[in-house]
Amino acid sequence: MKLTGSQILLESLKCEGVDTIFGYPGGAVINIYDDLYDSSINHILTRHEQAAVHAADGYARCTGRVGVVIATSGPGATNTVTGIATAYMDSIPLVIITGQVPTPLIGNDAFQEADICGITRPCTKHNFLVKNIRDLARTVKEAFYIARTGRPGPVLIDLPKDIQVNTLEFNYPETVELRGYKPTYSGNFRQIEKAAKMILEARRPVLYVGGGINLSGANAELLALAELTRIPVATTLMAMSAFPQRHPLALGMLGMHGTFCANMSVTECDLLIAIGSRFDDRVTGRIDSFAEKAKIIHVDIDPTSIKKNVAVDLPIVGDLLDVLSKLKESFDQKTEQLGVFREQLREWQSDIETWRERHPMAYQPSDTVIKPQYVIQKLREFSNDDAIITTEVGQHQMWTAQFFSFSQPRTFLTSGGLGTMGFGLPAALGAQVAFPERQVIDISGDGSFQMNSQELATLVQYQLPVKIVILNNNYLGMVRQWQQMFFDKRYSQTVMELPIDFVKLAEAYGAVGFNATQVDEVETVIQKAFATPGPVLINFKVSREENVLPMVPAGKAIHEMVLAS
Amino acid sequence: MKHTISVLVENEFGVLSRISGLFSGRGFNIESLSVAPTLEPNTSRMTIVTTGDDRILEQITKQLNKLISTIKVVDFTSKDFIARELALIKVATEAETRAEALRIVDIFRAKVIDVTPKTYTIEITGAPGKINGILELLRPMGVKEVVRSGPVVIGRGAKGVAG
Repeated sequence: MKLTGSQILLESLKCEGVDTIFGYPGGAVINIYDDLYDSSINHILTRHEQAAVHAADGYARCTGRVGVVIATSGPGATNTVTGIATAYMDSIPLVIITGQVPTPLIGNDAFQEADICGITRPCTKHNFLVKNIRDLARTVKEAFYIARTGRPGPVLIDLPKDIQVNTLEFNYPETVELRGYKPTYSGNFRQIEKAAKMILEARRPVLYVGGGINLSGANAELLALAELTRIPVATTLMAMSAFPQRHPLALGMLGMHGTFCANMSVTECDLLIAIGSRFDDRVTGRIDSFAEKAKIIHVDIDPTSIKKNVAVDLPIVGDLLDVLSKLKESFDQKTEQLGVFREQLREWQSDIETWRERHPMAYQPSDTVIKPQYVIQKLREFSNDDAIITTEVGQHQMWTAQFFSFSQPRTFLTSGGLGTMGFGLPAALGAQVAFPERQVIDISGDGSFQMNSQELATLVQYQLPVKIVILNNNYLGMVRQWQQMFFDKRYSQTVMELPIDFVKLAEAYGAVGFNATQVDEVETVIQKAFATPGPVLINFKVSREENVLPMVPAGKAIHEMVLAS
Repeated sequence: MKHTISVLVENEFGVLSRISGLFSGRGFNIESLSVAPTLEPNTSRMTIVTTGDDRILEQITKQLNKLISTIKVVDFTSKDFIARELALIKVATEAETRAEALRIVDIFRAKVIDVTPKTYTIEITGAPGKINGILELLRPMGVKEVVRSGPVVIGRGAKGVAG
């Protein structure tokens, strides 16, 4: 039987196991939406296309599956760009389907036409313009394959309206044949043996772990390797949930707002084992002083990540799951040497404990004003271990990373690479769709929240019980902090002059809202919010000029931290 | 340092902008770029001349390989290769310089492919250095226009670069 292009698209999505789409209809995708009307695929209507992409992104981050988005042509497509760039920077697998004007009109500046393939070329892993219905099923197959394999990333399919209407027999290809795309999964055995040797020769080793651990699903392998070798683990923002933060080997976050202990350990180490991390400038600070005394082993599935920012002594290209398992196997055969190695680590461990005790992650508590860090600690206390936390971008994001103590994989969803304000609420929405029974909390600031606050409507429409926490300081806090520290407190355009009644805003959408202004209200209001079904917003009035510390000023080495007094 | 890279790519919509966008987006240099289909169906071969230190060249090669549309990347710089470039040169000639122009054409084994009372249009192929050489000699007469293809390269010996 012949199917239309839009039917072929939906059938292809089913073949890929897609059960949920985030999207927004429009003229150039109206045929697809007509077929969705009686399809078994669940569609979540967000209130903005950017939010649809962030929602699919949140869905993908917490499940490891490919997130799927549909948007119309022109403005619908351009609205997806920030979401796509966010996913690209953090290597999140998405397939975005945009409508396009009919093929004969492409290039004519037709109504709602945009060259979305041209626009998204630098922020997608790959993109396709389908010009013939014969290519459609194969393109969907390839898009999903590219999105989820190797270093994952977003893939866009631009689908002109006439292709959606044309008809063809539906045959879904079983295999993918891409001449130019063959990711390396298996780590080179000899390189791994060399790594094992370098590790056994080290006296002050550190594991520097990034988001790749979550993407690869190598959390258990990392834990096993760390416990076997007793090498301490410093995590990037993207990896805060990749290694249990209360584990004795956890050093916490490293980099600009990292712990004293993590930054000193990396500065003083003699071997840095980088795993699924990419030496981002927010991690390294001044690059020529970063791990200056160390040899570097770098394991990553993407060869371009290796030697991009720093020289590496031993590169290993491969899937972390494969490489870490092989590394552990190698150590399993070197029990005796490993015993000696662990004995010799004692001195290093005592140095690390000294740093940990000298400057633990801390803040000045208060009885009179709510400290944002205190709210984070209380949220941790009252939430389940498997609660999924999303954030927006800014001070609240860093405090969450510093104080939440994540313990389970894929429970911290945050825009690390692009730093996208407005990410957290729609990402929480996507996570709650994926896991209706788990607690999902968006930790936000009053600035970021307003960038996608329209998604309150989506939460209420689908009764997604996301809890939204606003740490409200009436500032764009992180920029204000920089202005305070480096621009003589000239708070240019960072004061959010208009006090907004966020509780009323929540209520206007049909959600529940609570205010908390006193320290002794914090616990009760959190408990009350968690006990209330459906979406709930809590607005915490927090100390206004609290700073995120420690902080490595721009251009400084990571051991040159401004510490909390 | 100057590097000459051959890139085999899928001959498909947008592939040139994927390659050129990669160079501009990451701040890499393109000195010249030439592209045409190969004997293989759906495959084109690009020759890119670029500059950078070893670290940058390693990134360029890796980033090119990372593109889904890229089938193969060969940096010829450390290999034995032949480079040839085509140039068309329109040179102003007066009665007293016409003979000299023809002598230069002869020495360089170039060809005059169009003649007007005031100009010669010269076709020359050769290594980029040879083209620079003839331009140097013709310049005093008044070069009105130059079109250069940018070099294409092929490795010496029996072994070929196949997709």
